[in-house]
Amino acid sequence: MVGIVGYGSYVPRYRIKVEDIANQWGRDPEVIKRGLMVNEKTVPGTDEDTITISVEAGRNALKRAGIDPRLIGSCYVGSESHPYAVKPSGTIVAEALGITPEVHVADFEFACKAGTEAMWVAYNEVKSGELQYALAIGTDTSQGAPGDALEYTASAGGTAYIFGKEKVVAEVVETFSYTSDTPDFWRREGAFYPRHAGRFTGEPAYFKHVYNAGVGILKKAKMKPEDFAYAVFHMPNGKFPQTIGKKLGFSKEQIEPGWVVPYMGNTYSGSSPTGLSATFDVSKPGDMVFIVSFGSGAGSDAFIFKVTERIDEVRNLAPKVREMLDNNKIYLDYGKYAKFREKIILNE
Amino acid sequence: MSSPKIWRQRIERYRLLGQKCKGCGKVYFPKRLVCPECGGRDFGEESMPETGKIVTYTTVYVGPKFMENDTPYVVAIIEFANGVRVTTQVVDVSPEEVSAGKEVKFVFRKLKDEGKTGVIVYGYKAQLV
Ligand SMILES: [Zn+2]
Repeated sequence: MVGIVGYGSYVPRYRIKVEDIANQWGRDPEVIKRGLMVNEKTVPGTDEDTITISVEAGRNALKRAGIDPRLIGSCYVGSESHPYAVKPSGTIVAEALGITPEVHVADFEFACKAGTEAMWVAYNEVKSGELQYALAIGTDTSQGAPGDALEYTASAGGTAYIFGKEKVVAEVVETFSYTSDTPDFWRREGAFYPRHAGRFTGEPAYFKHVYNAGVGILKKAKMKPEDFAYAVFHMPNGKFPQTIGKKLGFSKEQIEPGWVVPYMGNTYSGSSPTGLSATFDVSKPGDMVFIVSFGSGAGSDAFIFKVTERIDEVRNLAPKVREMLDNNKIYLDYGKYAKFREKIILNE
Repeated sequence: MSSPKIWRQRIERYRLLGQKCKGCGKVYFPKRLVCPECGGRDFGEESMPETGKIVTYTTVYVGPKFMENDTPYVVAIIEFANGVRVTTQVVDVSPEEVSAGKEVKFVFRKLKDEGKTGVIVYGYKAQLV
C-alpha cells in the first residue's frame, strides 16, 4: 500500500478582514464578501515566507509520520512565491527538517497546483520502489496588487505530505491530471504582482480543468460522487469550489470540512493541499476522499485517497487546520497590512 | 557576524541542535569544543526541547537596519527545561503581552535579510504558546 504516512499544515497568525480591504478602496464590503464568500485571509509575518511556512508544515508532517527524517529521499517545495529566483527553497527546508544530505531536492512551479504536482511525483517515487519516503509541500505567500480583486483573497499558508509504504494514513487509490495551454493568470520574471485575464479566469480555466480532471479520475477509478465521504477543490474564492463541486455531483456536506477559504483566503499552492489536510483532520478510517487542484496556465491534478485506521493515532500529534485558523489570531488594519506586505515604497 | 560563520552554523540554528557532554552529561547550545564543567571533549548531539520559558525580556525601539520597520519588538532570554538559555526575538506579539515565566515554542523564521538582493538568513525565534 502506498500513500500518505504523515501530513501537516501551517498558517500564520496574522489576519486582515475583507471588509477592511474593501473600505480602503471605497467598495461595498457586503457585496465583496458575498461575491467572494471570503470573510478574512491569513497574512504572513514580516519574517515569514514560503521557506519558513514550508519548514513549519514539514515539522508537523514529521510529527504525524513519526519517522527518522533521514529516511526521506526527496524534498519538493511547490510554490509561486519562492523567496529566491535562483537558489532552491527546498535546500533550506530539507536542511531545517534534518533530511539532508542524501536527498533529491527541487522546487516546483505551476501557479496554484505546484503543491499537488510535487505530491504526484513524491507518490510515484515511493510507488516505483526508488525511495522509502518522499516529501511534497505546497506553500505560498501570494500577493495581489493594491486595489486588485486578488488582494481580497491572496493569503499565506502551506501543507506538507510525506509519502511511504508503511504506516499509511491515507492510501492513494487513483490519480489523474488534465492540462492545456491557457493564459488565464501570469506573472512575468521580475514583476512584483501577478496579472490575470479578469472574467476569463472562470469558465475556460478553473471550471474546465477542474471538471475534466474530476470526471476523468471518477471514470478511471470507476467511482461515483456518492462513494466519497469528502471532496476538496482548489479555492481561489469561496464560490468556485462550491459551484464545481455541485456540477460534479458532490454535496455541500462533502465539501464543507476542506472548504477553509472563508477564514484563510486563497493560499495558492497551499490551497487544496490545506483543504485536504483539514479534511483528514476529521476523517474516519475507511473514508474515501476526493481532491482536485487547479493551477493557472492551466491544469488540474486529481487524487482519490482511502483513509486508514492509523488516522486516529496521528490526528492529534500536530495542530489541526481549523484550530490554527480559529485560535491566536492577530488582526491587522489596512495600513499595517500594507507595511507587512511591503506595499509601501520606502527610501533605500 | 560574517557570512561564512553564519553558513557554518546553519544546522545548529535551523534545528536548535546542541550537544551533551559524554563525561558529565551537561547540555550545551551552541556547541563547544571543551566542556567547562569537566574539561571533556567528547560530545553527542542533543536536540533542544521545542518549548521553553521566558526568563527576562526587553523591548527594542531602535533596531538594526534590517529590523527598523519591525520596531517595537521583544527580545527575550529563554530557558529550556535542560537548563540551556538562548536569547532570541519573541514574534507575533505586542510588548505588553510578554512577561517573565510565559511559555514559548520555537519557530522557524527569517532572521536577517541582507537587503533586497542579498542572502536571507533563517533560524529559530520564539512565539508565545
Ligand atoms: Zn562535561
